Amino acid sequence: MFKKILIANRGEIALRIIRTCREMGIKTVAVYSTADKESLHVRFADEAVCIGPPLSKSSYLNIPNLIAAAEITNADAIHPGYGFLSENAEFSRICQEYGIKFIGATADMINAMGDKATAKATMKKAGVPTIPGSEGLVDSIKEGIKIANKIKYPVILKATAGGGGRGMRVVNNDGEFEKAWNDAKMESEAAFGNDALYLEKFVEEPRHIEIQIVGDQFGKVCHLSERDCSIQRRHQKLVEETPSPVVNQKLREKMGEAAIKGAKSIKYEGAGTIEFLVDKHGDFYFMEMNTRIQVEHPITEEVTNFDLIKEQIKVAAGIPISGKNYFPEFFAMECRINAEDPLNGFRPNPGKITNLNIPGGHGVRVDTHIYAGYTIPPNYDSMIAKLIVTARTREEVIVRMKRALQEFVIEGIKTTIPFHIKLMDDPQFQSGKFTTKFLENFDFSTL
Amino acid sequence: MKPSEIKDLIDFIDKSNLDEVNIETENFKISARKNATKTVVEQVVTSLAPASVALPQGVRQAEAPITSSAAPASVAEAPGKKTIEIKSPMIGTLYRSASPDKPFFVNVGDEVKVGQTVCVIEAMKLFNEIESDVNGRIVKISVENASPVEFDQVLFVVEPA
Repeated sequence: MFKKILIANRGEIALRIIRTCREMGIKTVAVYSTADKESLHVRFADEAVCIGPPLSKSSYLNIPNLIAAAEITNADAIHPGYGFLSENAEFSRICQEYGIKFIGATADMINAMGDKATAKATMKKAGVPTIPGSEGLVDSIKEGIKIANKIKYPVILKATAGGGGRGMRVVNNDGEFEKAWNDAKMESEAAFGNDALYLEKFVEEPRHIEIQIVGDQFGKVCHLSERDCSIQRRHQKLVEETPSPVVNQKLREKMGEAAIKGAKSIKYEGAGTIEFLVDKHGDFYFMEMNTRIQVEHPITEEVTNFDLIKEQIKVAAGIPISGKNYFPEFFAMECRINAEDPLNGFRPNPGKITNLNIPGGHGVRVDTHIYAGYTIPPNYDSMIAKLIVTARTREEVIVRMKRALQEFVIEGIKTTIPFHIKLMDDPQFQSGKFTTKFLENFDFSTL
Repeated sequence: MKPSEIKDLIDFIDKSNLDEVNIETENFKISARKNATKTVVEQVVTSLAPASVALPQGVRQAEAPITSSAAPASVAEAPGKKTIEIKSPMIGTLYRSASPDKPFFVNVGDEVKVGQTVCVIEAMKLFNEIESDVNGRIVKISVENASPVEFDQVLFVVEPA
């Protein structure tokens, strides 16, 4: 087992990792930029080293600084958390070169899943359902119409260089094709300087449902069921829950098996998540794979009673898994609390927290790095806390979440707590019948 | 403690034969020491430390959060001379010479010029020459040869020309 782990991250996830290491008797090294000198992860770790100025590029994203920090503290492993360098194949490779165990995927696994086109091809080969579509780019309207009829309308034209919803057009029939083609090409040329398009079946009323998997160094992979992350604003997750209101045990087992198949095909090692789009017919399609621990991992932990960070460390240390799959025994939900003003377009709101009351009680967990008197630095992302609630039914979870949100006092800055309270009261949210489009029609003006 | 009170404390110690004064109350702790050239004051406002945090062994007290209403921790200057610190621009292992058999780049009392190499810091098997960004005289060397240094750590103290 590792003697000392360096955490190449900050904020709540750094604290999360330190907590598990402490329970496992592993020494911890925190790294911090000068902006994070007063951060809680720095104070909780056994050792802390300053690795650079506030700019992420010069600190948390700076590979030589991180390797040097591991060298001078004699860390034998690095946990990259999420974001930053957690899915950076170069960093994984360099750690290996320097004899430091990277607690995550190898460079090859990261590369296999990093590129959308490659990942899709790999999964398709493994027999995982992928969104039907063109093989690569579509060269002409005629070709596009041919493919569309083969895979059946509705379809969506997408910019290959695209993202953020731009350069995309939904097409419902042959008659709409030409205009959609021209519009998509013009928009993607303007936005990305590249007008090449590919075609996919348009997944109707999709829900974003992901499967947590863990693979060991001996080829075994297991799954820990799904998380429904359909409550998103501009492709950013705000609320996650497990089990999903639309997944029954049969679908859970089917998706779990598909996820395991996909992970095994690249001999995946570590904790990972396979994201699927599930349409209104209950058909699921591979979207992408995240080769790291996810922000929303706590809800899986609460319903399966597993410490996923501990599992990551064990697997990295060469301990085999049993191969058993795990299913939710309770209901859990997470609200991401951001230092943003929901009444003003979710504008980021860094500043000093003058007063803080963290909610408690049965079934309430808060993962956070904030404390009264802490100044949130403006240099990093705005998530300041995760409120995770567990109960025996989904209805109880929502009632408990609202109760906990109302106890959650954060003064001195604006947060998204008022939005989450309103969401808990929303009848459609309570019904469980929503898609990734739900927040587009949400009224944010009255909070 | 008000800034004027801290100043009175400094004057008091300076004039007295005392080497060190420590005061601790429920809300703060202040420690003032005299050394050869200057009186050093450290104020730690412990009331802002989160109640649930048990500081692990070895965490430096000087890193407790300090609000803007308290006087910031500061170093009272020795009479007359202002000094500039050369801080580390990176994390790694510091060496005071180009190789073990070569002499140190600089010693206390040496004159340095802008651009002059004062040490090397090694990280990932690459040696980076660290140059002075001031003209002046080295009055203090705050690091040992072949020791680990972190970003922003004080390496040399220079009396500017």
